[in-house]
Amino acid sequence: MNQVIRVQQLSKDFGDIKAVRDLSFSVGEGQVYGFLGQNGAGKSTTIRMLLTLVEPSSGTIEIFGMNLKKHRKEILRQTGAIIEKPDLYKYLTAKENLRIFSRLSGVKASEKKIMDQLALVGLTERADSKVKTYSQGMKQRLGLATALVHDPALILLDEPTNGLDPQGIADMRNLILHLSRDLGKTLLVSSHLLGEMEMVADHMLIIHKGKKVVEGRVTELLNPEQSIVELLTPDLPATLVFLRQSEWAATVKEPVNGTIRLEFNKQRIPELNRQLVEKGIPVLSLRPLNSLEDYFLSLTKE
Amino acid sequence: MFIELLKIELYKIFKRPRTFIAFGAIAVIILLVQFALKVNGKDFVQFYTDSQADTFDIPYEKILNGYFVCVAVLHMILIHVPLLVALIAGDMISGEASLGTLRLLAGKPVTRTRLLMAKFSASTVYVALLLAWMALFALLGSMLIFGTEDLVVFKETDLHIIKAGDVIWRFFAAFVFAALALTTIAAMALMFSVFSENSLGPIVATVCVVIVFTIVQQLRVPVFEETVNPWSFTTHMLGWKGFFYVEKNAEGATITGSIENPAALLRSGLILTGYIVLFLGISIRSFNKKDILS
Repeated sequence: MNQVIRVQQLSKDFGDIKAVRDLSFSVGEGQVYGFLGQNGAGKSTTIRMLLTLVEPSSGTIEIFGMNLKKHRKEILRQTGAIIEKPDLYKYLTAKENLRIFSRLSGVKASEKKIMDQLALVGLTERADSKVKTYSQGMKQRLGLATALVHDPALILLDEPTNGLDPQGIADMRNLILHLSRDLGKTLLVSSHLLGEMEMVADHMLIIHKGKKVVEGRVTELLNPEQSIVELLTPDLPATLVFLRQSEWAATVKEPVNGTIRLEFNKQRIPELNRQLVEKGIPVLSLRPLNSLEDYFLSLTKE
Repeated sequence: MFIELLKIELYKIFKRPRTFIAFGAIAVIILLVQFALKVNGKDFVQFYTDSQADTFDIPYEKILNGYFVCVAVLHMILIHVPLLVALIAGDMISGEASLGTLRLLAGKPVTRTRLLMAKFSASTVYVALLLAWMALFALLGSMLIFGTEDLVVFKETDLHIIKAGDVIWRFFAAFVFAALALTTIAAMALMFSVFSENSLGPIVATVCVVIVFTIVQQLRVPVFEETVNPWSFTTHMLGWKGFFYVEKNAEGATITGSIENPAALLRSGLILTGYIVLFLGISIRSFNKKDILS
């Protein structure tokens, strides 16, 4: 697989603050690469360095096999980005914004191309409305359209679901998957929403206080052997008695907020469910918790 | 690509309602001055000709013509136009930073130098259009309302009489010079704009610098007269007046097509150009080194 992004020993200091420290990673062609970290971890600074908005203190960045410093124009021509909030020209319409940003990218987008982009993000009906009349979710979608209007091969999305409602988050997720699976784009998506990342990313890097904590395939990073499974039942005492006397005893943890938590391989969930039903224990819900979140917290806790 | 960038910048400028505040303000001020001079112009001329009134029979109606009114308007409003220019140029980079669009612009395949030069050029076009608008109202408007005659210009206690046929090119030259002066202001406002992430700071800073240097210039303190004023851009911004001061022959008659002190005009023009280059140089250097965090 060709490497689209290759970052080596990247560091950025703002005075005494070390925002990014010796960060190295690579993103393969067609990947959705999750860039995870808490707020202030250094995600946005790294993305800004990839876009030449911030000058690295040290280290090298290669994109499409070219040095970013030497081939800035060629690289940025093939790159689209949303950085944090999707701030656009509020006094212009969606179409006017798209026209401006396509031209800035060196492309004179046709009216059809602009309307296609607006259709992709579901804004056709508001194409001629001024951006100041848009909701946050609409601005976010328009921001994505401006990042895509020149048909880039690489898309950098910094917290793309910020400020979106659940439907907006789901739409953004589907759009990311569409761009990757159907259009073959390479995406680097930063987020602090671990569950969302788990659903879209195939590779992931976790960054904490500017330093890489771990990088790899999502499936490899998450240990399926030890998932936290949450059991919700209307008969908590009887269920606990059964579990503590059964083969599941070693996996049972203290109840939390009226639910029972167990730690075992999530592949065994159907087996537990069957045993509970056979014992006549009503099961309201039995599901693995967001294991990535637990994993993330275990890696980044002080 | 540069022309494309310039077109984009101009498009953005003229899509913002605030841009037209300046055009509206200039039109209103000029119309007010023209109205005041139409109603009470004789007193205005008398104020300036008071010292000569005992010696000459002053033809007030002839003096108060369209050209005279235009010069009077320029005297009154050109000193305030820097504020209107700062309103646009001071917002060029800082406005994008506060809007959050600077990171989108700087992440595009365009060099920052080119981006900045496009913004500066757009400011210059804005200045030129502002002056053309001013010329339309102040010169053409006054010519229509007051008619045309020989132009009488007062320089302290001296009178300069310019034949009507020798006037129009002087206005053209004066407007070009004023454009250079206001472009200096635009370059300074743009420079402040590079260092700021809110629109108000660069606008206020530009206006403050102009006010401070204007006051220093008007104080006429010897130490400032020798050191600061010869190099202050506010001194040279008023150079446009030089096109209305004419040479006189031995009999005291004005020489058609002449300028009293062309060397001073050239020097002023060069100093203003020097300031523009200096301000732009600082802007380009700083903008290229700037980490865009807004």
